[in-house]
Amino acid sequence: MATERLEFPSTEVLNTADKPGQRPRLITGGLGLHDITRVVSRLSEAPAPPRGWWILFLASVGLLILLFAMIGYLIFTGVGVWGVNTPVSWGFAIVNFVFWVGIGHAGTLISAILFLFRQKWRTSINRFAEAMTIFAVMCAGIFPAIHVGRIWVVHWLFPLPNQMHLWPNFRSPLLWDVFAVGTYFTVSLLFWYMGMIPDLATFRDRAPGKIRRVIFGLLALGWRGSNRQWLNYEKAYLLLAGLATPLVLSVHSVVSFDFATSQLPGWHTSIFPPYFVAGAIFGGFAMVVTLAILARQVLGLRNIITLHHLENMAKVILATGMMVGYAYGMEFFTAWYSGNPTEAFTFVNRALGPYAWAYWIMIGCNVVAPQVFWFKKARNSIWLLFIVAMFVNVGMWFERFVIVVTSLSRDFLPSSWSYYMPTSVDLLTLLGSFGLFFTLFLLFLRYAPVVAMAEVKSVMEDVHPHAEEHEPLGDYWGDEPGAHTERERLLRANGGAQ
Amino acid sequence: MSEHVAAAEPTSAPRLLGFLVEFRDTATLFSACEKVRDSGYRNWDAHTPYPVHGLNDAMGLKPSRLPYIAFLGGVTGLGLALLMQWWMNAIDYPYLISGKPIFSLPANIPVMFELTVLLAAFGTFFGMLAVNRLPRFHHPVFTSERFARATDDTYFISLELSDPEFGAQAARELAGSLGGASVEEIWEDDDAEA
Repeated sequence: MATERLEFPSTEVLNTADKPGQRPRLITGGLGLHDITRVVSRLSEAPAPPRGWWILFLASVGLLILLFAMIGYLIFTGVGVWGVNTPVSWGFAIVNFVFWVGIGHAGTLISAILFLFRQKWRTSINRFAEAMTIFAVMCAGIFPAIHVGRIWVVHWLFPLPNQMHLWPNFRSPLLWDVFAVGTYFTVSLLFWYMGMIPDLATFRDRAPGKIRRVIFGLLALGWRGSNRQWLNYEKAYLLLAGLATPLVLSVHSVVSFDFATSQLPGWHTSIFPPYFVAGAIFGGFAMVVTLAILARQVLGLRNIITLHHLENMAKVILATGMMVGYAYGMEFFTAWYSGNPTEAFTFVNRALGPYAWAYWIMIGCNVVAPQVFWFKKARNSIWLLFIVAMFVNVGMWFERFVIVVTSLSRDFLPSSWSYYMPTSVDLLTLLGSFGLFFTLFLLFLRYAPVVAMAEVKSVMEDVHPHAEEHEPLGDYWGDEPGAHTERERLLRANGGAQ
Repeated sequence: MSEHVAAAEPTSAPRLLGFLVEFRDTATLFSACEKVRDSGYRNWDAHTPYPVHGLNDAMGLKPSRLPYIAFLGGVTGLGLALLMQWWMNAIDYPYLISGKPIFSLPANIPVMFELTVLLAAFGTFFGMLAVNRLPRFHHPVFTSERFARATDDTYFISLELSDPEFGAQAARELAGSLGGASVEEIWEDDDAEA
């Protein structure tokens, strides 16, 4: 069937040619406006999700139950169930918090920063990258909340009136964190929801049943695609992108202040804010690639999330990986150049001390593995992309482990040195947080508009009002020769109609 | 359009609310929008599945007022954050930590920044809804069966009959002259399920 072949091409369309003055086609397979709607709505409108979804969902829910069990055990027993002790009083909870917050940054980068830079390829991946941000920040938020020990007074983190007439200390970076992460979550949620309004309206208008129409009708807020509404909507989108851009840079900077404003060697460095932000984007993009590859292969979105998108993400991973590698090197330089023996010891200890294994896992995954992306063949290989992205996911978790644990385990007083080991509760809680993340993500894939349909439609070549003026040089006509013979053949077969 | 007329006959006389003109491509939509704009018709709108580049000019729309609302939100957040931190840490419960001053601006900047962004974002989002008069769950254009494709792949122009300078007949003529693929009448109390 012709339509099926459009949606599931047997081979990948090579829209990754680099030719000056020409841009690659962002949507392949000859999809028209209605095809975009149909392909994206299909999973949500199917009466039952595919079997693969159920398998992943049940596994994720299993891990989610594990997370709740571990949190319950922690609350009823106390933080002694974790491996934290003096001198390593910040263990997995803070490592996991920084890891998950970092993951979130790629979503905002794609939705806000790439929007301001007019990177049109972002439209295919921004929706689920934003969803990923929100779910990752939810996972992150759990850890500081449970690590306070007495979770029933966790509201003391916020400036709320209380019977002690006591206010939080606004000069503490830990309190800045509460505001930074709270604002980040709220603004990301608004941005995500606002972006979905036109697509929720599409779902409403296509709804086969009454329940579905009412639910999506309520969520779409009565959107009717009117140009007077689009005018304000686009302005709001631009404003939110402009607000989210400095916000995302501030959030991981503030997270890095938790370390950088302390007096501990290995933490007390001014390079931390930019280094943390670069690392966050690096790790977040790796997670976006992981999820994008899974989504496109399983959900049949290959013509919407094309090789060109994956290649661009590989380039971002390479660039930010180099920044992170530079920061690792510069930390050593600063330690040596400062002439401070404690500082110098901390870094030699990182690379050669008891946690050298963690350090070299970090270097191998974050600095060495992405180097394959210098080669175009590697950027265009889906399996290599997936493997390197998994390496980076692991490596970025270890980066936070190295920062938190190596600095604390060897403090100023050698008699108090110790070797931190996580307990099984630590490990299972980390595993459980992936359950929360993937449960939410799978629900999102099943029910929500996974791709920003309205935005994708607005960057398709066929709808460009002045397309003929650009041809053959200019917008979206620079595929490799022969890449679109399939499209031309189908257009002829359909008499030129979409 | 004929089924609407037929369905309206038996009960109390329904009111004609406007016309919905359908377009299949943006080129026709552009010229039609320019035509309506130049005719001086006021209560009308174009409906598109995605924001169409340059349509604001073709419709003669003024720039959005939203930046002012966002700015107001941002300034409120900034002031609120400064006031809150100063009052809580320097007035209501003065903290003396490490001999640092009771109140100093640099330590308060991160929270001021975050609340500026937060309230500006609230201003943007809720301002957008307010300016667009959303949520609004019922609108005459939703009575049209065809209109379901306005969020898919079809373009529409809607003309509302609340303009005193244009009677139903003048609006009908304008709607017919736009070169659309179809012209539909929009009636009040349509019994087709909304």
